[in-house]
Amino acid sequence: MSSGRTEPVAPGARGSRASRYGLRSVALVYLALILVLPVGMVFFRTFENGLQPVLQALSDPETLHALYLTVLIAAIAVPLNTVFGVFCALLMVRRTFPGKAFLSGLIDVPFAVSPVVVGLSLILVYGRTGWLGGWLAENGIRVIFALPSMVLATIFVSLPFVVREVVPVLQEIGVEQDQAAHTLGATPWQTFWRITLPAIRGGVTYGVILTTARALGEFGAVSIVSGKIAGQTSTLTVHVEERFQQFDLVGAYTSSLVLAVIALVIVLAMTVLKPKEAGS
Amino acid sequence: MTISAIGITKRFGEFVALDDVTLEVAGGELTALLGPSGSGKSTLLRVIAGLEHADAGEVIISGEDATGRPARDRGVGFVFQHYAAFKHLTVRDNVAFGLSIRHRPKAEIARRVDELLHLVQLGGLAERYPSQLSGGQRQRMALARALAVEPKVLLLDEPFGALDARVRKELRGWLRRLHEEMHVTTVFVTHDQEEAMEVADRIVIMNEGRIEQIGPPRELYETPGNEFVMSFLGPVNKLGDVLVRPHDVELLLEPNGVSTEALIDRITYLGFEVRVELELPNGRKLWAQTTRESAAPLEPGRTVHVRPRATRTFDGDGAETRPAGDSPWWDRRVTMEVHHS
Amino acid sequence: MARPAPSQVLRRRKVRRSTWLGVGLVTLYLSVIVLIPLAAVAWHAAELGPAAIWRVVSSPDTRAALQLSLFSSLAVAAINAVVGTIIAWVLVRDTFPGKTIVNALIDLPFALPTIVAGLTLLALYGPKGALGVNLAYTRAAVMLALLFVTLPFVVRSVQPVLMELEKDVEEAASSLGAHGPTVFRRVVLPSLLPAIVSGAGLSFARAIGEFGSVVLISGNIPFKTQIAPVRIFALIESGDSAGAAALAVVLLLISFSVLLLLAFVQRWGRKGDE
Repeated sequence: MSSGRTEPVAPGARGSRASRYGLRSVALVYLALILVLPVGMVFFRTFENGLQPVLQALSDPETLHALYLTVLIAAIAVPLNTVFGVFCALLMVRRTFPGKAFLSGLIDVPFAVSPVVVGLSLILVYGRTGWLGGWLAENGIRVIFALPSMVLATIFVSLPFVVREVVPVLQEIGVEQDQAAHTLGATPWQTFWRITLPAIRGGVTYGVILTTARALGEFGAVSIVSGKIAGQTSTLTVHVEERFQQFDLVGAYTSSLVLAVIALVIVLAMTVLKPKEAGS
Repeated sequence: MTISAIGITKRFGEFVALDDVTLEVAGGELTALLGPSGSGKSTLLRVIAGLEHADAGEVIISGEDATGRPARDRGVGFVFQHYAAFKHLTVRDNVAFGLSIRHRPKAEIARRVDELLHLVQLGGLAERYPSQLSGGQRQRMALARALAVEPKVLLLDEPFGALDARVRKELRGWLRRLHEEMHVTTVFVTHDQEEAMEVADRIVIMNEGRIEQIGPPRELYETPGNEFVMSFLGPVNKLGDVLVRPHDVELLLEPNGVSTEALIDRITYLGFEVRVELELPNGRKLWAQTTRESAAPLEPGRTVHVRPRATRTFDGDGAETRPAGDSPWWDRRVTMEVHHS
Repeated sequence: MARPAPSQVLRRRKVRRSTWLGVGLVTLYLSVIVLIPLAAVAWHAAELGPAAIWRVVSSPDTRAALQLSLFSSLAVAAINAVVGTIIAWVLVRDTFPGKTIVNALIDLPFALPTIVAGLTLLALYGPKGALGVNLAYTRAAVMLALLFVTLPFVVRSVQPVLMELEKDVEEAASSLGAHGPTVFRRVVLPSLLPAIVSGAGLSFARAIGEFGSVVLISGNIPFKTQIAPVRIFALIESGDSAGAAALAVVLLLISFSVLLLLAFVQRWGRKGDE
């Protein structure tokens, strides 16, 4: 240690100049080819023929309805998963019960399931020949090819995010602040709203952003259960594919652009709100 | 504002944290729960506060049975070792928390908070966040927060345990003065015997989930009920089953009939106090605590004459004082241990 | 002080009634959303029986799709392990203008809808692409799409480990006479390995189930560019939900075993910390 200050750092420690530039180039070129150029290309292609077609595509009733449906589904799925996520995280961190590790594993299951399988699974439960299909048909309730199944699919794929973000925060803050609130006369409900929730708000916000990103962007699962009825069950992502298949490239690119801008805003929010690394 | 904990038993699985403990605390008293780690002192405090629930026994706070009540209805103020500051609230809002959830008028809250912040000398820091305070300041804030709701009793769990030595000393004196001003019944947990002796009116010594002895600091020090209490409250030389405090080991330059010879091994100067390590003719070692002045003629290798002013032996529960010279005090049994503080 | 460690306290305590209520609610939600639908898939496949499942899976076009999925996902995991580690390294140790932006962009594939990802790749690497290469409807296009959506996994799992791995360790090693590549191989790589494996495993699990980004650019040509999830989609469309369920179960088994394996890897990585 004594020599650490006076001796120059050995070249091996930082990598020689050449290898540093080499690695930097590999990283940046890869990112450019895989990520930046393609996404940039969408911006370019969208406005290739000027602003007019873009505005036209944007004001197309089907596009607007798709946007509305996307927001509506997210507005149902995100709050549900947020409440579930916070509740579940509190349960897993603060309570003891047998099978906790198993439950924790179950919560991650949606990460391991292909969106196509999610769609299939909902069809097998709620579809015409599914487990509940007969009963639903008798009572005139439409789940598949309608909003309910699209909401269910979205909740499925975006379920783990809030739990996963809140659990470590809860573990870090411990229970002392809550206990202090109890001794000061706060009811469990007051303690939750005034102490626990503010203490975990960073984790909750981050989890909500990830959930929202996934909810707005889900394609596979939603597209399978939606039936892709244009102007009725098309979300924005389904609309992109449908426009593309109809050779309406401007329409596809315009909707993509809307989604890409949302994604960029989400990435920005993620960067600003990213939970700090341990130790800070 | 008395506290009675009667027949409290608390187990954590196999581990018995409290074993049928009964404790009475008189109103207005400042009591210390003193004991080593795992002695059950914090658990007892948390049972009184309602933060843990006992497996058996009852808790009565100022005459009312609080056993089944949640912490929020017990009227206790609790101060945690690691402050438990509400990190997202300012100092002012931390202190105001208990009043604000009781929906007291804003003006009253503001007045009371100002008063308390003044009392704990944080008047100028009201708008800061806990992360901008030092440890000592945070603990004073936590104390003001606990006092804001005018608790019937104040409970402090190792309140100075996370602070450095200097701040700890300062806060001890300050807690003592605060108690003299407010006279709220106070129980605090500590593992530091000096802290307990300095601050408390009464000390409760705990060990392995039981109370060993209760009494004022001086009484406990002078008439300890058993070996554990004696050795926990200060350094002890153990010679067989005879216990003698190092400051009761008198060093004489000439023999006086009841004294015995000892060889000086080593002398350590600690300012006013001087430690003299000795070896007896039978090979046993002990040490004497003396002053710089009395130690002046001593040097390692020299033979002195040792005479205990007071020794104790404990048989089972009872204690008896043996006047020096009753029988060869230094040669009763073969085992030998030297205790340093 | 006088309390045993909290974990010890928790482990031994009786389960409270309100906890059971909470566990019940969580299980109910999970069941309605996740478990019952997945059980339906397993049920439909089980009804076919093992022989029939095997027949579905080993039918030439399904087998080709499964093989393509497996091989391309493995390749994607391997490429990510290498390139992802390099990117993480550059983001942690190197400084250059715009690094913050590059770092933020790594998360873009998580935020960008997969169908848009597919369209963006098609815009650049499709017919009339700006680079003059047309990869549309080739296996290379499949790889490209999978690489796009799995980009963040290795980077984001290696980055924090690399940040924690103090430069001291490397400097100490090089002051003992070790040189660049040796330091990397003997000191840095072993500490990063659990994170790399974990990131690569997540990439694999994601790639094997990926659908949206591949669907536009691959052309879904059976025996050539059709991957397993797209094959399931085709089976659903043609009304063969039993066949779809059979293939879905195979996919589920593959990704579950990968994630289970990862749980062990993570435990192994944590052991290295102690």
